[in-house]
Amino acid sequence: MSKLDSKIPEGSIEQKWTKYKASVALVNPSNKRNLEILVVGSGLAGSSAAASLAELGYKVKVFCFQDSARRAHSIAAQGGINAAKNYQNDGDSVYRLFYDTIKGGDYRAREANVYRLAEVSNNIIDQCVAQGVPLAREYGGMLSNRSFGGTQVQRTFYASGQTGQQLLLGAYSALQRQIGLGTVEMFARHELLDIVKIDDKARGIIARNLVTGKLERHFGHAILLCTGGYANVFYLSTNAMGSNATAAWKAHKKGAFFANLCYNQIHPTCIPVSGDHQSKLTLMSESLRNDGRIWVPEKKGDTRKANRIPEEERDYYLERRYPAFGNLVPRDVASRAAKERCDDGHGVGASKMAVYLDFKAAIERFGKIQAKKLSVENPTAEQLKEFGKQVIEEKYGNLFAMYEQITGENPYQVPMRIYPASHYSMGGLWVDYNLMTTVQGLYCLGEANFSDHGANRLGASALMQGLADGYFVIPYTISSYLAKEIAVKPIPLTHEAFVAAENEVQAQIDKFFAIKGTKSVDHFHKRLGKIMWEKCGMARNEKGLREGIEEIRQLRDEFWKDVRVTGKANEMNPELEKAGRVADFLGLGELICLDALNRTESCGSHFRIESQTADGEALRKDDEFSYVSAWEYKGNYTYEMHKEELKFESIKVAQRSYK
Amino acid sequence: MSNTSSSFLKSSIGKKFLMGFTGLFLISFLVIHVCINACIYFNDSGATFNVAAGFMAHNIIIRVIEIGLFAGIVLHIFQALILSWQNNKARPQKYAVQNSAVSSTWYSRSMGLLGTLLLMFLIVHLANFWIPTKIAVFNGEDHNTFENLKTVFSNPIILIVYLLGLVSLFYHLLHGFQSAFQTFGLNNKKYTPCIQSVGFWYSVFITLIFASMPITLFLGLIK
Amino acid sequence: MSHGNMNLTLKIWRQNSAKEQGQLVTYPVKDISPDMSFLEMFDVLNEQLVSKNENPIVFDHDCREGICGMCSMVINGRAHGPKTGITTCQLHMRSFKDGDTIVVEPWRAQAFPVIKDLTVDRTAFERIQSKGGFISVNTGTAQDANCLPIAKGDADASFNAAACIGCGACVATCKNASAMLFVSAKVSQFALLPQGKIEATVRVKNMVAQMDAEGFGSCTNTGACEVECPKGISLENIARMNREYFAVNMK
Ligand SMILES: Cc1cc2nc3c(=O)[nH]c(=O)nc-3n(C[C@H](O)[C@H](O)[C@H](O)COP(=O)(O)OP(=O)(O)OC[C@H]3O[C@@H](n4cnc5c(N)ncnc54)[C@H](O)[C@@H]3O)c2cc1C
Ligand code: HEM
Ligand code: HEM
Ligand code: SF4
Ligand code: F3S
Ligand code: FES
Repeated sequence: MSKLDSKIPEGSIEQKWTKYKASVALVNPSNKRNLEILVVGSGLAGSSAAASLAELGYKVKVFCFQDSARRAHSIAAQGGINAAKNYQNDGDSVYRLFYDTIKGGDYRAREANVYRLAEVSNNIIDQCVAQGVPLAREYGGMLSNRSFGGTQVQRTFYASGQTGQQLLLGAYSALQRQIGLGTVEMFARHELLDIVKIDDKARGIIARNLVTGKLERHFGHAILLCTGGYANVFYLSTNAMGSNATAAWKAHKKGAFFANLCYNQIHPTCIPVSGDHQSKLTLMSESLRNDGRIWVPEKKGDTRKANRIPEEERDYYLERRYPAFGNLVPRDVASRAAKERCDDGHGVGASKMAVYLDFKAAIERFGKIQAKKLSVENPTAEQLKEFGKQVIEEKYGNLFAMYEQITGENPYQVPMRIYPASHYSMGGLWVDYNLMTTVQGLYCLGEANFSDHGANRLGASALMQGLADGYFVIPYTISSYLAKEIAVKPIPLTHEAFVAAENEVQAQIDKFFAIKGTKSVDHFHKRLGKIMWEKCGMARNEKGLREGIEEIRQLRDEFWKDVRVTGKANEMNPELEKAGRVADFLGLGELICLDALNRTESCGSHFRIESQTADGEALRKDDEFSYVSAWEYKGNYTYEMHKEELKFESIKVAQRSYK
Repeated sequence: MSNTSSSFLKSSIGKKFLMGFTGLFLISFLVIHVCINACIYFNDSGATFNVAAGFMAHNIIIRVIEIGLFAGIVLHIFQALILSWQNNKARPQKYAVQNSAVSSTWYSRSMGLLGTLLLMFLIVHLANFWIPTKIAVFNGEDHNTFENLKTVFSNPIILIVYLLGLVSLFYHLLHGFQSAFQTFGLNNKKYTPCIQSVGFWYSVFITLIFASMPITLFLGLIK
Repeated sequence: MSHGNMNLTLKIWRQNSAKEQGQLVTYPVKDISPDMSFLEMFDVLNEQLVSKNENPIVFDHDCREGICGMCSMVINGRAHGPKTGITTCQLHMRSFKDGDTIVVEPWRAQAFPVIKDLTVDRTAFERIQSKGGFISVNTGTAQDANCLPIAKGDADASFNAAACIGCGACVATCKNASAMLFVSAKVSQFALLPQGKIEATVRVKNMVAQMDAEGFGSCTNTGACEVECPKGISLENIARMNREYFAVNMK
């Protein structure tokens, strides 16, 4: 009997959420005042949840490691947020969004959750607009949409290239309002370092005040982890420097199962690494693929400048391999194809680990259209180029400027160089329909949980999920648990479980300082990243994964013998913060490899070299792997896997093809 | 209302409103002042000028306005002092290196200093003209302001003090004029360029006309 | 490990805590690549310090792509360094020359006390925001988003104001350490939208009151903040806030 009960409500898929809401146990207002909820993380998921719960009357505490809730990494999302509004009258619907998300996730997500996500997507847009989020508009005053991520409808709402920022600021403003009203207490520059469990229920956390270095104990009737993704396990990623897995990993050690870890999204259009000093990678919006053409030189090791390579010696490999979708194939496909070309010796730039994204054809094409629009007769080649550039600038000006700022090259004149980078973690803590982990009273929202995206996330759907979880799901589902908790009085912070947890955290901190090793924390993080990228990156095989696991274990041992953490515990000390995070990545990295090793099929972002079709495309094995793999921590870096079988009742499962 | 207005005037923005308001008031005063002064250019040995100045010195309405004027100056200075003090306090630790020139003009950053120079000028100025006139009026004597002008400006040191005072005035106005409009909330693509150029030319003309008088009198071009 | 060929002299503000005195400390750095970002150059320096068992320099940063507003350095007397329109993390070493001396200081303002080295406490901004930087709408009470058409011009203007990343460079730059650009951007974002008009009166009043209480200076319209703001927030916002504030108080 599986330990996993996903608690999916009965009824038809369209009815589940409605019925659930109508029948869920409620907490009466006077009791809500006595119930305390700890929200860890202030991104889209955390801020929206905290604000909504406080509005309902709960007592809420919010934690984040940055100096302000507004700086959570949701702020960096560029492209947009999906919703099934069908404002464009192009045939969109809740069902279609649901279908696209399941299909995009390569049939590895839970139907009921995804349907609910599609259902509440519309409320999100309403909510954000009411909050004053300045989403893009048409001249008529109506909201504007763009297409994103290879869907056939225009359902993506956006605010220039700063959608995440605007949505987060909306949620943040709702949060600040509650802080002003005194219903939420904010703990910025605080980092969760452990979860306190009493009688098998999550009852509190140990957090370190990053300014004073003091360890603090906080009690909560329920705890929400909204701590974002862990793409930084690859060291280089599009995530923020501080993005980490610590909260999820500590929860995992306390009994929360970790699911689907092998699904790591590698984003195809990032600015490539320029040297070993590189600290992070910058994403260039996927929308560039709408007009840019991706190519590499046909000749291996070609050192000529891009402009010197004649048209017939260029390999537009995406257009060649995927004539139907061309440059617009999904992220995982585009990423793998780039890697394949570079591995085969066709890479460009100093590192040879990049491909060209070329706008020359687009500039010419737009130039001609523009000349017609401006009724310029017989325009010269120069004029056409100028017109074309103007159009491109209008569309992508900020991205082009960003590219030039970082690389020092002018992308209007030479093609951009791009390469895939670690970007998003589809995997995360396993949660049931209520978003509760396998630990009672411990919830997980946003990117930190595993739900909704299956094996591959579609563009513009993470923002949707974070806000759906926070605004519209958790306020309902949490009451089913808290309704039974109203009699529980706040547990004194002197309870032995708090003391024990704090001692454990203190012991780890002391240990870091006691090692007095020779190598910096970053040194280990970089090495871990390299192992992950090489052995568990865009294409994986058994041999590599086994080697990776071995290497990570060795690295972990070395870390605990030779890391050097400078400074003291009772002061602001970023080296100590990093040490804690890397220590947890060293556990997580291994588990990612284990999960990847277990899944001998290729699906979504997870590509096993052993499982491909004759022409090199991913081969999914539904009869064997149509399940969520959820890992239980058994102590001392040993794990047991549990399966949640996936049943598809509303959708017909099919192989993805972009040919 | 009184509650609101007192909190308004205590707020940083309220204080700035008052600065701007009194500043604009002084700006309009200078227009009248410069016009009266320009009467010396009738070159009639100060006849017209004395009539105008006399009118200014005796007319009851003008006397009331004068009180307002002085109140305005005092208020302007008072607010300037408070604001400068508060603004200074807002950055107790200064930068070791500051490269302000790229982002703002020196005179916009030196309004307090320019204002203080102006204040010193005003003291000298009032001692030169206003006090003698007042004494004369008080004593019921006939006072020839024009003669006084000529005497005062025959002194090269006074002349230099005046010219320096006017330079301060120029820069104070150059920033102050448009600044006042920004304070009142008037800033948009349509009007701002217009306000800026009016401010510029106002500052230039006022300063030049004012400056021309002591110079011409000193050189004896006007008798 | 060699990266490139620039050698620089850094003078960096070191201060152990808010209570202790700080000073500029000189550090030479070698082999810097022009492709490095300014913060990556700091990483190299910190790595050196760790290898010498010294305490690395503490500075705020997170996204490293110019959007979170964490990074905050005054470089050679300019907030976010010598280039306009970018944050410290977006500055690259190719903007400097081999042999340069670079002075790096924290944001300096009464309302932004230094926590450690180059890190300052910007929670004053949070408190201002919590006094009115929102529209009071509870989750789930909104009408359909398209029931309220908003002119594109207004939406765009509101967006431009909302693009503020709350970095505090405006305060750091302003000779009066005034927070007017930040606060006015917040006020404007809402004032420009019909949803935001309903609470306009209380919003501007409370936010300005909190701004004053935090000990920021007042604005003497020098315009420096607009020039150094990485997101190009316009002075028009300050004018708009003045207007709103005046209108509210005349009621
Ligand atoms: C560059 C980029 C572009 C993207 N573009 C898009 C897009 O266009 N559309 C889309 O839908 N999605 C996009 N995504 C994905 C999306 O932005 C994220 O998945 C989503 O915002 C995550 O939100 P979150 O609330 O789960 O986590 P985050 O916003 O990452 O928040 C995590 C929070 O947890 C806190 N935290 C973490 N660990 C701890 C700890 N130990 N103790 C205390 N606090 C902690 C942090 O302080 C932070 O407040 C993009 C992502 C990136 C990186
Ligand atoms: C006599 C001593 C004076 C002092 C100490 C003084 C000081 C100041 C200061 C500190 C400011 C603030 C700077 C700013 O907000 O831009 C200011 C603004 C101003 N001053 Fe003066 N000033 C003096 C005289 C004058 C005079 C004589 C005039 C006009 C003729 C004048 C006109 C203005 C104007 C228009 C402003 C702009 C107000 C605003 O920005 O809202 N000032 N002054
Ligand atoms: C250099 C040129 C100037 C000349 C020749 C000049 C001349 C005079 C004279 C003659 C008077 C006395 C009027 C009377 O009899 O009551 C006077 C008054 C005054 N002047 Fe000037 N002035 C000059 C510049 C200025 C400037 C630049 C300012 C302000 C910044 C100024 C401010 C005043 C004031 C406030 C009074 C008192 C006004 C009153 O009581 O009505 N003057 N000036
Ligand atoms: S207004 Fe500009 S400088 Fe000020 S906080 Fe906002 S983004 Fe930073
Ligand atoms: S720099 Fe300061 S003076 Fe005003 S215009 Fe900006 S706040
Ligand atoms: S680190 Fe985020 S803006 Fe610079």
